[in-house]
Amino acid sequence: MAILEVENIRKSFGSTEVLKDISFSLEKGHALAVIGSSGSGKTTLLRCLNFLERPDGGVIRVNGDILFDSKDPNTQRESEIRKKRLHFGLVFQAFNLFPQYTVLRNVTLASELLEKERRGEEQATRIANRGIREYALELLDQMGLSDKVELYPHQLSGGQQQRVAIARALALKPDILCFDEPTSALDPELTGEVLRVIRSLAEKKTTMVIVTHEMAFARDVAEYVIFLDDGVIVERGTSQEVITNPQEERTKQFLSRFSQN
Amino acid sequence: MGRLAESFWLNCEIFLLTLLFALPLGLIISFGSMSRWQPLSWFTKTVVWIIRGTPLMLQIIVLFYAPGLLGWGNWWGSGTSGRFSAAVVAFVINYSCYFSEIFRGGIQGVPVGQTEAGQVLGMTKTQIFFKITLLQVIKRILPPMGNEIITLIKDTSLARIIANKEIIMMAQEYSAKGLIWPLFSTGVFFLVFVGTLTLLFMWFEKKLDYFRI
Ligand SMILES: Nc1ncnc2c1ncn2[C@@H]1O[C@H](COP(=O)(O)OP(=O)(O)OP(=O)(O)O)[C@@H](O)[C@H]1O
Ligand SMILES: [Mg+2]
Repeated sequence: MAILEVENIRKSFGSTEVLKDISFSLEKGHALAVIGSSGSGKTTLLRCLNFLERPDGGVIRVNGDILFDSKDPNTQRESEIRKKRLHFGLVFQAFNLFPQYTVLRNVTLASELLEKERRGEEQATRIANRGIREYALELLDQMGLSDKVELYPHQLSGGQQQRVAIARALALKPDILCFDEPTSALDPELTGEVLRVIRSLAEKKTTMVIVTHEMAFARDVAEYVIFLDDGVIVERGTSQEVITNPQEERTKQFLSRFSQN
Repeated sequence: MGRLAESFWLNCEIFLLTLLFALPLGLIISFGSMSRWQPLSWFTKTVVWIIRGTPLMLQIIVLFYAPGLLGWGNWWGSGTSGRFSAAVVAFVINYSCYFSEIFRGGIQGVPVGQTEAGQVLGMTKTQIFFKITLLQVIKRILPPMGNEIITLIKDTSLARIIANKEIIMMAQEYSAKGLIWPLFSTGVFFLVFVGTLTLLFMWFEKKLDYFRI
């Protein structure tokens, strides 16, 4: 069964319709790459999944449960949105690490706050926090950052910061991890280390939605690709189909810009 | 010397009371000017513009004399305590408007990405404010706050315009009797005070130097 089902999502800002009837689904353990030119609505789509924007229409289902239905106000209650968000993780283009906290604290903070809320009692919290810390250290180790855990974000390179941001998102064990152009803010020589980490997540069967301009990477890592243009899914299929052998004229045009450089 | 010190205490009182009331009031005003409800933000911004656009000395005079002149009765009572209260209220109004602009700049300066990162990680609005935004705001506003607060202690002398016996007024009375040293001592009082504040703020900024924003 599909872990994520998105049906007929629409979103407008004022009079500009940014997403027009977007539907797709994603199997657990698979990665979906979203490609498309600037302004096509890729970021807006991820923001809708993460409840940073409220779609004007459509349904979002995770594990078969309706998280959002534009026709059902009960699914849009502010108080529950916070919990629903935890199904998704989001890695931002600009990292958005918390500058006043160490790398380790960036990764543990949210889990600790949730744990405190859940239990309340001091003793249990302390034991849980030990677990949270160990898991955070394990994640940071996977990201190749074992020696950086006590540093502050400004002491890291962009690539390292983005890897911390990935660990931070993973710490809450989201069902689906979303990436919004995770390497676009990086110097070319630093993109490799971040892409390698995402690739290793794909090998571990992490369910991911990846917005990217790295076509070779999308082709190698993602099972499926959708090409978004002007708020519409113009073409979809396996990564081989869409990137290596596109059918639609607009997809071909878009991809030709990449093959030239 | 003792008399001078005594009168400087008046400056200090105005200083402390202004900080005590103007800091929280400034925060409230900053929320008003950032309000998404247009009439409120428009109104707040106009008030702030008027207060910042006119001299504090004028505001003190207006606040002290206007109620009487307009026939609203005597707001401030009589004698020194009335003069003192009027001065403090004028200072609080004036400085809360300046502080509100500093707060506004500090709060709006925190990138939305910080809030969104917190939201996506399932934090509540309160958690985001206290655990993420607040310290970044403090770090941002520390330097302009330092400047403003140093200006405040020097501005307290304006209270003399409605006959509050603050230190410069005293020193001037002495110099009229032919004494020069009270003027210099007065300068020293201010220098020591400002020097202490400067050190305090430097220490504070140093404390927050461990991270960058
Ligand atoms: N908050 C907003 N208010 C108004 N318009 C917006 C808002 N956010 C996005 N838009 C508009 O929606 C359109 C799609 O934006 P979006 O950021 O989703 O594109 P994108 O595919 O992520 O582009 P890029 O590759 O440049 O990141 C753009 O035309 C943008 O100007
Ligand atoms: Mg984008």
